[in-house]
Amino acid sequence: MNTGDTAWVLISSALVMLMTPGLAFFYGGMVRKKNVLSILMQCFIVLCLLSIQWVLYGYSISFAPGEGFWGGFKWFGLAGVGLEPYTDYAATIPHQAFMIFQAMFAIITPALILGAFAERMKFSAFIVFILLWATFVYGPVCHWVWGVGGWLRNLGALDFAGGTVVHINAGIAALATALFIGKRKNIEKNIPAPHNMPFVVLGTALLWFGWFGFNAGSALAANGLAVNAFVVTNTAAAAAGLSWALIEWLHNGKPTIFGVCSGAVAGLVAITPAAGFVSVIPAIIIGILVSVFCFLAVSIIKPKMGYDDALDAFGVHCVGGMWGALATGLFASKAVNPAGADGLFFANPKQFLVQLTAVAVTLIYSLVVSMIIYKLVDIFIGVRVGEKEEAMGLDLTQHHERAYTVLE
Amino acid sequence: MTSRCSVYGIRENREPITENPEVFMKLIIAIIQPHKLEEVKQELYKAEVNLITVTEVLGHGRQKGVTEIYRGAKETGNLLRKIRLEIAVNENFVEPTIKAIVKGAKTGETGDGKIFVLDLKECIRIRTEEHGGIAIG
Repeated sequence: MNTGDTAWVLISSALVMLMTPGLAFFYGGMVRKKNVLSILMQCFIVLCLLSIQWVLYGYSISFAPGEGFWGGFKWFGLAGVGLEPYTDYAATIPHQAFMIFQAMFAIITPALILGAFAERMKFSAFIVFILLWATFVYGPVCHWVWGVGGWLRNLGALDFAGGTVVHINAGIAALATALFIGKRKNIEKNIPAPHNMPFVVLGTALLWFGWFGFNAGSALAANGLAVNAFVVTNTAAAAAGLSWALIEWLHNGKPTIFGVCSGAVAGLVAITPAAGFVSVIPAIIIGILVSVFCFLAVSIIKPKMGYDDALDAFGVHCVGGMWGALATGLFASKAVNPAGADGLFFANPKQFLVQLTAVAVTLIYSLVVSMIIYKLVDIFIGVRVGEKEEAMGLDLTQHHERAYTVLE
Repeated sequence: MTSRCSVYGIRENREPITENPEVFMKLIIAIIQPHKLEEVKQELYKAEVNLITVTEVLGHGRQKGVTEIYRGAKETGNLLRKIRLEIAVNENFVEPTIKAIVKGAKTGETGDGKIFVLDLKECIRIRTEEHGGIAIG
């Protein structure tokens, strides 16, 4: 047991927890003011709901040792998950420290999806969808990639902090729900402007800050690897923010703060799977290129394809996540992390194929199961709010509250 | 008394107030439900009424709003959010404008709003300083 490691993992858990409220502001600023509370509410309910789900059975199905579909229920209610280290995951910190760190990942991942169906989903349906998704999509995929006995882990797939498990997984689910729920009403002629851009900036700042826990915390120790992850995380976010601003400058004539924020988040997404395996120059390349791919996805491809991924959960998280996971297969180096592997550019093309497999499996599994869950919820509860409710806004119709008053 | 015309378009004499004295102008003020604004706008565009001013206002009519609840304290029947449209038109556009607003805003329930039609004395386009009916569209 190492006190420094334990302290760092606990602090990292708190940092990652802050990302969900950060995401709430990031997304909340982007919607119209009649829906801002619904976004904040969805994020906070995910925080409450999945905190309980995780300690009851979520951690068990994700991380209990098992060869099959998931880990099963042997750690139900944290039975056997105590204050001694569990060496297969982290040898120097209490098992529960690892558990609570992972809890924060399990919370933010489903919350990422809500950007796709923002401004039109019934709150009751949202709760059921998220609970089923956390159980039948996050649990298994997390187990395959990170759990003892997980088959993608055994295959040698590298995912340092959640490129496949978190970002591709949530991002493709976002596409599935955006396709099924349909477009928001009356947005063809004028895409609604974000109602509070400073919230978007605040949310981005909180996400960037929390991401140090997400990535550097994934070293699960206060060591050199954590420092490497910290440095490349900051570097990739910075490179991607600059890159997105430059693309806008060339393409639209002016750089925007929304663009810099989108770029920074895309950079953070892309470096996530790579943070413990690459050095700083690859981090810059990963950052610069992720903005190119994500900009294409949200500004060119999305309007052409015509799906309404309202806040670009697919365009940023899935596209950025895919690039990050594949880039890990290109730039990974044993010089950075001896426990990792070399990538294509370090004479190991096989790693790239392994990464590609992990990406493809996550894409297909999450897409299919997310669609099934969506359809089930739609049949039993009905996912979309009525036309009038959508026009009046979710704050008033789903929660009987509003964010802003007119007089006093 | 000589004709005086201020930059605000207020005239104090009885001379014809527009360059084409046969054209009468009206100011249409409509109070509608906020969630019907988009439909009203679409109907107005169809009627080729493109120049509108929109403000968010509070009003009190017969309608009861959606009850808001804050830590158990209910708020209902207070001032409700409405949208106020101001549209200045020449007379031949008055009926089409009214029809468009009604078509877009009507649900048949209490709270759909009101339309007021006022005589409009003068209209000046600031850019060109044109007066009257020609400046309105």
